[in-house]
Amino acid sequence: MRDYLLILIGTVFVNNIVMAKMLGLCPFMGVSRKLETAIGMGAATTFVLTLASGASYLIDTYLLGAELSYLRTLSFIVVIAGIVGFTEMFIKKTSPVLFRVLGIYLPLITTNCAVLGIPLLNVQAEHNFVESLFFGMGGAIGFTLVLVLFAAMRERLEAADVPAPFRGTSIALVTAALMSLAFMGFAGLIK
Amino acid sequence: MLSALLILGGIGLVLGGILGWAAIRFRVEDDPLVEKIDAILPQTQCGQCGFPGCKPYAEAIAKGEADINKCPPGGDDGIRRMAELLGVEPKPLGEGLAHKPKSVAVIDENTCIGCTLCIQACPVDAIVGAAKQMHTIIEAQCTGCELCLPPCPVDCISMVVIREEIDSWKWRYPVYMLKQAA
Repeated sequence: MRDYLLILIGTVFVNNIVMAKMLGLCPFMGVSRKLETAIGMGAATTFVLTLASGASYLIDTYLLGAELSYLRTLSFIVVIAGIVGFTEMFIKKTSPVLFRVLGIYLPLITTNCAVLGIPLLNVQAEHNFVESLFFGMGGAIGFTLVLVLFAAMRERLEAADVPAPFRGTSIALVTAALMSLAFMGFAGLIK
Repeated sequence: MLSALLILGGIGLVLGGILGWAAIRFRVEDDPLVEKIDAILPQTQCGQCGFPGCKPYAEAIAKGEADINKCPPGGDDGIRRMAELLGVEPKPLGEGLAHKPKSVAVIDENTCIGCTLCIQACPVDAIVGAAKQMHTIIEAQCTGCELCLPPCPVDCISMVVIREEIDSWKWRYPVYMLKQAA
């Protein structure tokens, strides 16, 4: 149990998928303009990522094995695309409001590099099934946390008096860099 | 080689099956009728039909909860097109929703106290002004829905009939008057 907790905390804070590994930057910049969309996107990504880590572990272990490992990236992409498609239909049915809020970003989870990155990192770290699930969920929670924090900051930036050359994406990138530095402070938390 | 083909093909088949099942299981029943009715309604969002806007009224019509003759801005022409769409007999405009001459709201700027209540009531954002500033109505935007009249605390808004002059005259739509059912 302790191991799982460590994986969870480790992926949320120390090895945060956005702040430390620099994955999933396009939804990070794209969906963080409003708090509501950030929360919705985070929830959808968490759902997809947890499912994707589990499914990709099963495929890698039981279908591909060692000799077909060159199919890993390809089959992971296919599985992720399938799960995203399923999620899209599910959200459209259960919450049309969220569906409208997420809009184009929902199918774009397919191309979110964090969603492909985490299953590949899982394989690299030789996690077992439950560890993979926790790693995926932790990574997604970390992604959501950073996305929501960043969205809150960007909503304040809207009202701030930013010098003209820095307005828009530039100040957002500067803020993200400072936030990444702050997350380095977690580095000593877990070895 | 063969196993690679089989495995990827298998993954594809299974995922395709799941997505196909999900497409049926989670199908969203859009009612195309609502969209069609909504397209006929004039989109003034005036609320004279008793619903908070044109879309809710369209939904109510589609469900059969509302009659088709509650929309004064749509006029007889709107009712006739709606009757055609739904396959029912057209009927004259409902009680208390009588035809009025086309008019716009005008604010008496000497009396206006700048309370912004009418701005909040206007469904088409045709009123400009700010708190404790004089408000005014953009004539071209006003749909004459009269929703700004009741909230005004000093009764400074009045409806002015648009007279037909050379620069306000428009070609009429061909209107076939409906006969009142006996």
